[in-house]
Amino acid sequence: MTDTATSDPLVIAGTVVGSRLIMGTGGMTSPESLTGALVASGTALATVAVRRVDPSTRHSLVDLLEGLGIRILPNTAGCYTATDAVLTARLAREAFATNWVKLEVIGDDRTLLPDPIELVLAAEQLVDDGFVVLPYCGDDPVVARRLEQVGCAAVMPLGSPIGSGLGIRNPHNIELIVEQAGVPVVLDAGIGTASDACLAMELGCSAVLVATAVTRAGDPSLMAAAMRDGVAAGRAARLAGRITRRFVAEASSSFEGMVGQ
Amino acid sequence: MTHTGQRDVVVVGGGIIGLAIAWRAVSAGLSVTVVDPDPGRGSTWAAAGMLAPVAEAQFGEESLAALNLAAVRAWPGFAAALEAAAGQPVHFRADGTLLVAGDPSDRAATDRVLAFHQAIGLAAERLGARACRESEPLLAPGISGGVDLPDDHQVDNRSTVGALLAACETGGVLFVSDEVTRVDIRDDRATGVELSDGTRVDAGAVVVAAGSRSGALGGLPEAVRPPVRPVRGVTVRLQAGPGIPRLRRTVRALVHGRTCYLVPRHDGGLVLGATMEERGFDLSIPLGGLADLFEDARRVVPALDEYSVVETTSGLRPGSPDNGPIVGLTEVVGLVMATGHYRNGMLLAPLTADEVVGLLGSGSGSSDPSPSPFEAFRPDRFSPVVTGWLGTDS
Repeated sequence: MTDTATSDPLVIAGTVVGSRLIMGTGGMTSPESLTGALVASGTALATVAVRRVDPSTRHSLVDLLEGLGIRILPNTAGCYTATDAVLTARLAREAFATNWVKLEVIGDDRTLLPDPIELVLAAEQLVDDGFVVLPYCGDDPVVARRLEQVGCAAVMPLGSPIGSGLGIRNPHNIELIVEQAGVPVVLDAGIGTASDACLAMELGCSAVLVATAVTRAGDPSLMAAAMRDGVAAGRAARLAGRITRRFVAEASSSFEGMVGQ
Repeated sequence: MTHTGQRDVVVVGGGIIGLAIAWRAVSAGLSVTVVDPDPGRGSTWAAAGMLAPVAEAQFGEESLAALNLAAVRAWPGFAAALEAAAGQPVHFRADGTLLVAGDPSDRAATDRVLAFHQAIGLAAERLGARACRESEPLLAPGISGGVDLPDDHQVDNRSTVGALLAACETGGVLFVSDEVTRVDIRDDRATGVELSDGTRVDAGAVVVAAGSRSGALGGLPEAVRPPVRPVRGVTVRLQAGPGIPRLRRTVRALVHGRTCYLVPRHDGGLVLGATMEERGFDLSIPLGGLADLFEDARRVVPALDEYSVVETTSGLRPGSPDNGPIVGLTEVVGLVMATGHYRNGMLLAPLTADEVVGLLGSGSGSSDPSPSPFEAFRPDRFSPVVTGWLGTDS
């Protein structure tokens, strides 16, 4: 754990999460490569698809995450309606013994973009039901604000479509979301490589979620370490405060008073 | 009560791995009993019979790719010997595989894997869309190209099961239609197995070839329990009627980032697969997975619309922590592992059978001085964190 992780922790719903890098587990090629990647990432929170992983069997992914001391964040991947998502979240609460849920309601098969209307509906119901809701949403600042207004504990806008690796297509929208948000903003979906994760943090996001970019990398452990470093660098740069952009040069040292002047 | 007195070997599980071991073992002069409630009807029955060392080679799995390549080269001899012993065909076909990219993004993905395959010396040749369609005229006009994989072959898995059962019967393998409840181990030595009806099979060696259930077998000390988990796969059996066009050879496809394969049989049958689902020991067949398979396959081969759906089959692959098989001796004398073959059970069956029979004969390793192709796939290779996850009752 770095000094920054202890002095500048990510806090969601009053709970300290030990790392600003959240890992998705979808797309793993083998348990061994996933284990290596999770360890290298330094993550403290990982998502598990409720509909794709059976937590009751002895050999499930859940045992691996618990063995590594990584908190489980069930997600509602594969749901297309608010009703589906709410049912799946309740199932997850029973099965995984947690009231945290990453809420996903997909609106389009091809792009896997979220359905904002069903998402807000589901979020309202789940918040009422006592869940800590972390919704995966588009990069629309108005939708992000509505999700916060109905009581979500964080908002998780996409950088670009799930698994696309296209990075952050509309950085300005992410900045708008960050600027207005009273809850942590987690950049979710679209990360392709470490510089994307770094940029998300420089834009002011509180954390980054990556899955495919790591699990499908040529060397998942090495990419996980790169993501960890990218997130750390971006966070530090954000806290440090960047210089303003100028159209022409500004000399880094003054010429006044130099010998021969 | 015991069955038939003392045997040299009892094989737990009569899938492709257990049957191949049993046949090779009786051929080597050993007395063999196979215990399985329904031999050949587990994941072996659901399989498509692809023998795909190249298409299955993933980043970071170079040693598994080398094993798989050796395995495909053992198939022609194995198939010929089995057909001679059984007097029936297995329909082994060495005509390669065509990998097709559905759209330009899929093409970029297949190019990335192609570069990896070529870098580690696997046979793979990039083809344009036109060349793909000349090779396989039923492909949709909109595909974005593909890769010729001349070392990836196929065999009819069900014909192979039939031939192995016949060859085993002829060779004198005894079949006990029951489930093993526990492996008997006395003084660190395997002495046989107990069955669910309370009877026993006494044997000098016990081979665990129970697929995804190998890790749940009773009586195994934790230190030797194989870390396998079930990974569900659903396949669909289709049939081309008279006059319906047929694929020439095996086609694999990447469509919008999802994979599927179409394996044509000599009789107009076609196996479409497969889903990959981590849902425990549940054999049900959700509609969503089937719908994806149908959608992706139709996009690549539109003529499939005219095929009849004959059967949907669900099986449980024995997945291991690193996707490689778990084959070799254990610290318990006479207890041999032959499991964890995951997506490559058909492919690895001949090599696994030879390896296990070699180990049974020598007691400590193959008498052949050349190194075993399974050196990197021994049962004791896993790190504690991974086996702790997969192999214990925590």
